[in-house]
Amino acid sequence: MSPEMLVSRAEKFSKVCGILERFGHKPTMLIPILQAVQEEYRYLPEEVLSFIAATLDLPPARVFGAATFYAHFALKPKGRYVIRVCDGTACHVKDSEPILNKLRTVLGLGKGQQTTEDMEFTLETVSCLGACGLAPVVVVNEEVHSLMTPEKTEALVNGLKGRKEGMAA
Amino acid sequence: MEPVRLEEIAEEYRRRSSAVAARIVLCAGTGCIANGANKVFAMFKTVLEAKGLDVYVDLKMVEEDKAGFHLSESGCQGFCQMGPLVTVLPDNIMYTRVKAADVAEIIEETVINKRPVTRLLYKDPATKEVCRGTGDIPFYTQQKRMLLKMCGQIDPGDINEYIALGGYAGARRAHLELSADDVTRIVEDSGLRGRGGGGFPTGRKWRAAAAQPPGKKYVICNGDEGDPGAFMDRSVMEGNPHSVIEGMLIAARAIGADEGYVYVRAEYPLAVKRMRAAVEIAGSLGILGESVFGSGRPFRINVMEGAGAFVCGEETALMASIEGRRGMPAPKPPFPAECGLFGKPTIINNVETLASVPIVISLGAEQFRATGTKASPGTKTFALTGHVANTGLIEVPFGTSLRTIIFDIGGGVTTRRGPGKPEDFKAVQIGGPSGACLSPRYLDLPLEFDSLKAINAMVGSGGLVVMNQDTCMVQVARFFMQFTQSESCGKCVLCREGTYQMLVLLDDIIEGRADERTIGLLESVARAVGTGSLCGLGKSAPNPVLSILRDFRGEFDAHIAHKRCPANKCTALIRPSIVASKCRGCGLCVKSCPTGAITGERKQAHIINEALCIRCGACLTTCKLGAIA
Ligand SMILES: Cc1cc2nc3c(=O)[nH]c(=O)nc-3n(C[C@H](O)[C@H](O)[C@H](O)COP(=O)(O)O)c2cc1C
Ligand code: SF4
Ligand code: SF4
Ligand code: FES
Ligand code: FES
Repeated sequence: MSPEMLVSRAEKFSKVCGILERFGHKPTMLIPILQAVQEEYRYLPEEVLSFIAATLDLPPARVFGAATFYAHFALKPKGRYVIRVCDGTACHVKDSEPILNKLRTVLGLGKGQQTTEDMEFTLETVSCLGACGLAPVVVVNEEVHSLMTPEKTEALVNGLKGRKEGMAA
Repeated sequence: MEPVRLEEIAEEYRRRSSAVAARIVLCAGTGCIANGANKVFAMFKTVLEAKGLDVYVDLKMVEEDKAGFHLSESGCQGFCQMGPLVTVLPDNIMYTRVKAADVAEIIEETVINKRPVTRLLYKDPATKEVCRGTGDIPFYTQQKRMLLKMCGQIDPGDINEYIALGGYAGARRAHLELSADDVTRIVEDSGLRGRGGGGFPTGRKWRAAAAQPPGKKYVICNGDEGDPGAFMDRSVMEGNPHSVIEGMLIAARAIGADEGYVYVRAEYPLAVKRMRAAVEIAGSLGILGESVFGSGRPFRINVMEGAGAFVCGEETALMASIEGRRGMPAPKPPFPAECGLFGKPTIINNVETLASVPIVISLGAEQFRATGTKASPGTKTFALTGHVANTGLIEVPFGTSLRTIIFDIGGGVTTRRGPGKPEDFKAVQIGGPSGACLSPRYLDLPLEFDSLKAINAMVGSGGLVVMNQDTCMVQVARFFMQFTQSESCGKCVLCREGTYQMLVLLDDIIEGRADERTIGLLESVARAVGTGSLCGLGKSAPNPVLSILRDFRGEFDAHIAHKRCPANKCTALIRPSIVASKCRGCGLCVKSCPTGAITGERKQAHIINEALCIRCGACLTTCKLGAIA
C-alpha cells in the first residue's frame, strides 16, 4: 500500500488512529484496540479492520481471525437497543426460552434475523451474566432486568418502543 | 516514593469511622442493582440531606467534630434473592427487599431513633421468626464466610477500609520479611488447591515457576468465569478487588514476577471497572509499581477485558488472547510455568484462589488447614441458583454436604407453585459444562475435590444449579451439549464435529425420532470426544450427558421407547390434557393458548381441542394448579 493511500485513509479513520496511538501501535494490543474501535462505531466495519491490519503491519487474516473468533465483536451493525436474554443454566431451568420466543414475536424477527429492519433492536442470547440468583435475566444495553417473564419482557420492549415514538413527537 | 505506611492509614481510617454516628451499607452487587438498589441509594442521600444531616459517601470527607452519617456501597452480600439489602451499623440490622419508599422510615426509626423497622426484617419462613441480621438469618449462620467476609461489607472503592481490616499486611510481610521460598512453602503447606475447577495444588504450581531461572515472569489472574450459573469470581472482583491484587502480589513474590494480568470476561463490566480502579489506587500508594512496599522489587498489573469466548478460560487459550491472537488452546507440555505468556514462565490462578492467598499468609498453613477436609483444606464459595428458595452466593467448608447446602442454607427446593417438598428435588448441576448432574442419592456426599472426582463429577468453579421435578433432564443434557458445541474453538475434529453429532442425537430423542440404537451411539461418540480432544473443554464435554445418562436413564427411556416426556417439557412429545378433577376453570390457560385450543365455562373444568393444539406447552407453564398434564 502506498504511503499516500495510508495518509488519505488515516484522515478517514482519524478516530481509529487515535485509538491505535493510545495503544502504542502494538500488535499484542489487538483485542483492546478492537474493543475500543467497536465502542466508537458500535461494530467493526470491514474497511476499518483492513486499515488496522495495514497500520499494525499484521496480515489481514490475523485481524479478521481475531474479530470473528470472539463473540463480543460484531461485524454487522447492531440496533440501538441490544437486548440480551441470558440462556445460562440457571436462567434456562427457570424458563428463559419462552422469553426468547416472546421477544422474537414482539420484535417480528424472522428465523436467523437478529436486528430489526428499523435498526432499533438487536436480540442476542448470552450464556450467563453472573446475576443467576435473579434468573431469568434480560439485559438491555447495560441495564439488567431480573426475574423476567414473557409478559414483563413484552412490556419492557413496548416501553422502549414508546420512548422512541415519544422522542419523535 | 515513600513506602506506604499501612498502620497510619488504618489508624486514620478508624479515627474517622469512629466519628460517624451511623453507617448505612447498601448492597450494590449486580443482583441488588437489578432489583433497584441505585434508586434506594439516591433516596438515602436525598432524605438525609433534606433533614439537614451530614452525609459522607467517602469517609475521607468526615470532619472530626461533626458526627455525620456514612453511606456506602458494598459488593454482593450473597443474599441476592432478598435484595436490595440495606444494613445499618453499628447495630448490624439488615433490611431486605428495600424500596425507595421505605427509606424515610428507615432513617427516622433506625438511623435516628435506633429502633428496627420490623416489616423490613427477614422472616425465617420455616420458624416464622424475625431475624435482625446476618447474626441470626439461617442463610448466613450456617455458612463459614472467610473469603467473602469482607466482600459485601467493605466499600470496594476505598482501599483504606481494606487496609484498616488488615489488608495488604500479608503482601507486605511476603515482600519485606519472608523469602520467596518461605512464601511458596507456606502456600504448599497450607494445602491450598486451585479453585478454578481442577483443584491443582497452588503451591506446587508456584514451585515450578519459582524454579525457573530468574528473568521476566508473569502472574495471571483468571477472571474469565465462563461457566454458566457461576458468579463467585465476579462477586469477589466487584466486592473486594484488593484481595485479588494482594494475592497476586504474594504470588509475584513467590515466583519472582514483575508483571501481572487480570483477565476479566467482557460480560462483567463492573468487575473490570472495580479492578481497574483498585489497581490504580494501589499504584498511587506504592503498593504496586516500581518498588513494592519499598522493597526495590517492581510489580505492575494490567487489567484486560476478554471478548466473549468461553474457551479463553483455559489457560493456554487465555494467554493467546492476551497476546492478541484467537483464543485457541495449545498442547501441554510445555506448561505455562516453564513457557507461558510471551514465552516466559507464568502462573495462572483463579480469582478465588488468589483471594484466598492473603488468608493463608495471615492465618498460617496450620490454621488454614483447620477448616475443610484433610485433602481439600479451607472453604469454597458456591453460586447457589435454580429452583431453590435462597439463591445467592454462599461459602462453606469443604466437606459440607449438598443436603446442608440445598435444604439448610438454600431453604429447600421451589416449584412453580411455590415452596416445594424434599421430593420435589430432582437434581443439582455442579461444575458447569465440565461437570455433572447429581441425583438425590448424592445428597449426603461431602463436597470436596476427590470425592467428586470419584463419581466422575467435579467441583468446577462452584456453580450449583438446583433443579426440581419440572426439569427435563434430556433437555438439560442438550443444553450443555449446545453450550460446548457453540463454544468449541474448532481446532480438534472430535470436539468440533463430535459435539455436533451428540447434539443431533439428543435432538432426535427430544423430537421423538430416536430408536433403540440412539443411546449406544450417543455413548460411543461421547467416549470418542473425551479421548480425542486436546483441551479440557472437549475432554469434559461429554460429562454432563454421561452423568445424566447414568442417573436418569429412565427419563431417556421414556422419551425413546414411550415417546413421552415425564417433565412435560419436550413439546414434540407432550399431549396436554386437562385433569378435570384439579381444574377450577380459572381460565388462565385460555389466555396463554396461542391457538384458542382451550375452551370452557368459568369455574368449570376446561377442555383442550387436540386438533387445534400445536403443543407449545404454554398452558402447562401457566396453570398454577397443576391441572394440565
Ligand atoms: C474450557 C475451559 C475453561 C476454563 N475456564 C476457567 C475460568 O473461567 N476460570 C478459571 O479460573 N479457570 C478456568 N479454567 C481452568 C484454567 O485453565 C486453569 O486451570 C485455572 O485457571 C488454574 O487456576 P487454579 O489453579 O487457581 O485453579 C478453564 C479450563 C478449561 C479447559
Ligand atoms: S478440545 Fe475443543 S476447545 Fe479444546 S482445543 Fe480442541 S477444539 Fe478447541
Ligand atoms: S399446548 Fe399450547 S396450543 Fe396446546 S392447548 Fe396448551 S397452550 Fe394451547
Ligand atoms: S445463568 Fe443467567 S445470569 Fe447466570
Ligand atoms: S447482589 Fe446484593 S446480595 Fe447479591
